[in-house]
Amino acid sequence: MEYLIHLAILFSIYAILGISLNLVVGYTGLLSITHAAFYGIGAYATAILLTQSGVGFLLSVILGIILAVLASFLIGAVLSKFDGDYYALGSFGFSVIVFSVFLNWQSLTRGPLGILGISKPELFGIDFSSNFAFLILSLLFLIAIYFVSKFIVNSSFGRVLKAIREDEKAIQVFGYNTLYFKLAVFVMSAAMAAVAGSLFASYITFIDTSTFTLMESIFILTIIILGGLANLHGSILGALFLILLPEILRFVGFPTDIAVQMRQVVYGLILILLMLYRPQGLIGEYKL
Amino acid sequence: MTILETKKLEKHFDGVQAVDNLSIGIEKGEIAGIVGPNGSGKTTLINLLSGTLEIDAGAVIINGVQKFENINPWQISFYGITRTFQDVRLFEQMTVLDNILVVLTERNVFSSLFEKHKEYHLKKAEEVLQKVGLWKKKNQLAINLSYGQRKLLEIARTLAMDAEIYLFDEPFAGLFPEMVKIVSDVVKELKREGKTIILIEHNMELIRKLCDYLFVMDEGKLLAEGKPEKVLAKKEVIEAYLGK
Repeated sequence: MEYLIHLAILFSIYAILGISLNLVVGYTGLLSITHAAFYGIGAYATAILLTQSGVGFLLSVILGIILAVLASFLIGAVLSKFDGDYYALGSFGFSVIVFSVFLNWQSLTRGPLGILGISKPELFGIDFSSNFAFLILSLLFLIAIYFVSKFIVNSSFGRVLKAIREDEKAIQVFGYNTLYFKLAVFVMSAAMAAVAGSLFASYITFIDTSTFTLMESIFILTIIILGGLANLHGSILGALFLILLPEILRFVGFPTDIAVQMRQVVYGLILILLMLYRPQGLIGEYKL
Repeated sequence: MTILETKKLEKHFDGVQAVDNLSIGIEKGEIAGIVGPNGSGKTTLINLLSGTLEIDAGAVIINGVQKFENINPWQISFYGITRTFQDVRLFEQMTVLDNILVVLTERNVFSSLFEKHKEYHLKKAEEVLQKVGLWKKKNQLAINLSYGQRKLLEIARTLAMDAEIYLFDEPFAGLFPEMVKIVSDVVKELKREGKTIILIEHNMELIRKLCDYLFVMDEGKLLAEGKPEKVLAKKEVIEAYLGK
């Protein structure tokens, strides 16, 4: 039972990451591979504040969001000038830069040694240190982020995002300075990723740089491509499938250690097969 | 009154002079045709007027007072300009209705986020889609429309803008006669409403029927201008189209 709860917590964290990245990639058509950077900023903010100051979990989440907003504003201001392949390459560059900061700013992040002893959350006097209680907390965050994202994509703003995805030049001649729309959605998405990072740091109680690599961004991208681009339910479905995948591999007879290694191969295969046979993902509304 | 004027407008691509020292004036409320052989610079001119291409030299003057030497595409709607594209550019994976509603949205990020889908927007969308006969297809994805329907949707999208100056780049190309009539009616109605239309077209019969004034371009230059009947009878115009 404990293991199932563990998987459910990981699922809710990755569903938040998937939903938030889908706003940028699925709805706006901007292939960003820098999401793990904002996930990391939220995680480090919570880890550092909870271990080195008397700040509570909620304030650490808020400060993580503020830091992610600031970082994404700076990064997004540059990226929003690009589209297509240039956007993807630019986001790759920023992903590498932020990872290098995590790795080398050792006085703050402790680099590859990581940060130990991050406390479990306590909110409004309620202790979330048991896994079951933490699951409730992470599901509450997931639900909140789902509804905020739903509001965004169903708004007139969301419709402009889709038009940018379809033909940025065409929507510009109708009076939209698309740079602001691209920047705004990028910042919103980063803020949500920071929340996932805070939850992750507080749940695992240890973080190091290995979680926030380019591979993690690609894993989150796989979630939304598998589940479905421009579909919030698709992100949830994708997270569920990919979190359960190692268990499925074990179920079909792979030993645990091989099942873990096989995961990367299967992620790659899934991406190739989807591009070949179902580019919109399982329940997506947009083809890459 | 001259509503749109170009002053010594220039654009070149890698040594090719696409628009060459072009000075023209378009009167408010008239339908101005632009004709010329392929590659004569007609679409480049529309792209310069709509900010989708940068102007190399010269200027554009709107209403005799507002002058720009370069403009961003998102600024043209502030000058009351809207356009269609030679190769239809729709928001393909959005519904027909959303293709219209999106141009009615607030231009500001914050306002658009909290904007309610007002009854007015739906009414306006219905009005323009009815005009081009696409209201019944409002829930279809634009990508699933026929070529002619796609052209009509693009025109409906410009109608939703309530602009003052309409730049139509070959709106009749590839249309069935029934659709040609719909577009002709739209253009005539815009003129009745006092709007100004700049029409790029190759069909001389339509040019004669619709246009009040005609500009003929060749190799980026203005070859002739005047009333369509007179201009189309000029020797140099016939030669530009048919060869010497």
